[in-house]
Amino acid sequence: MAAGILLEPIASAASGLTARRERGAAAQDFSTVVLTHRLQIFRFLLASTRDVDLAETLTQECFLKAHRNWDSFRGDSSAMTWLMRIAINLQKDHWRNRRMQFWRHTQTNAVDLDAASEWLPSGERSADQQMIAREQVGQVWKAVERLSPRQKSVFLLRYIEDLDLSEIALATGLSEGTIKAHLSRALVKVRAELKGKQ
Amino acid sequence: MNFQTGSPEQKHDKDADAVLHQALKNFQSSVHAWSEAEYSKPRTGTRVHYTSWRMAAGWVMGCVLAVGSVTGALYQRHHNKELAKIVAAQAATQQKIAAELQRQKENEDLLAKVDSDVSRQVPRAMQPLAQLMTSDDPQSMTGDDAQ
Repeated sequence: MAAGILLEPIASAASGLTARRERGAAAQDFSTVVLTHRLQIFRFLLASTRDVDLAETLTQECFLKAHRNWDSFRGDSSAMTWLMRIAINLQKDHWRNRRMQFWRHTQTNAVDLDAASEWLPSGERSADQQMIAREQVGQVWKAVERLSPRQKSVFLLRYIEDLDLSEIALATGLSEGTIKAHLSRALVKVRAELKGKQ
Repeated sequence: MNFQTGSPEQKHDKDADAVLHQALKNFQSSVHAWSEAEYSKPRTGTRVHYTSWRMAAGWVMGCVLAVGSVTGALYQRHHNKELAKIVAAQAATQQKIAAELQRQKENEDLLAKVDSDVSRQVPRAMQPLAQLMTSDDPQSMTGDDAQ
């Protein structure tokens, strides 16, 4: 009995220490996740919305939500696909709320297609190559603009984030077959846009 | 497949695929460049002001709409009441006129009935006077009167 009484506080102290260590490790893990994936999430949301402020806000909300649910993250998928799934859901919620409250937000801060097409990496390219590249980027943006929200997400995850089909399936909750179909339709639209300008 | 031995359609498809591939690559590079540039920019608080201004405008518009709706409803109610009053007054006036006409008609009928009754009956006490009036007639004068 006495041993039991003496052992109890030691055990609870040890478990408390372990829990604190675990919490510390988890916090460290989470800050690593934020550092590693923040730009990627921001980039996906920026490409989806073409609105810098909105992308920034949704990125913050995404990591806030991820932080709240970090304990429930079991690691079945990668942190990246888990975060992407949260980002996609937040984006859906945002558009739903926007439709409901259309009178509060009559305008969008989205950058127009021409401005979005201006961005090109400062590589060693001739002026002609730069011009052609800018034109192609504009055409792809136009095609992306005409995609349905789901097609757009799938297309951007594939061709901006370079995710493979299984990762896209985990991030969107769709089957690989559906993703292939969405990608195929999206590519048909991009091809048509490129062909139209040739 | 050899590029030079293929049919013109196959060559065209290959060219189109190459263009698509290049376009997608350029698109990816562009989005990466844009996001990196925006990500490294210091953020300002302009959006907060913009949103609050927009929210205020939304509230003002909502209030104006609400006040307008209430005022419109009250005005309509008042207008309906006034209309109902006018209609009721008109109906009362018409009833009054109809009653008056009816009363006048009854009086006239009564007077006509009395007149006809009086003209037909001569009281018995007045009979001799009536005979005298008939004998004073110049056409019925006798010889005694001429003398």
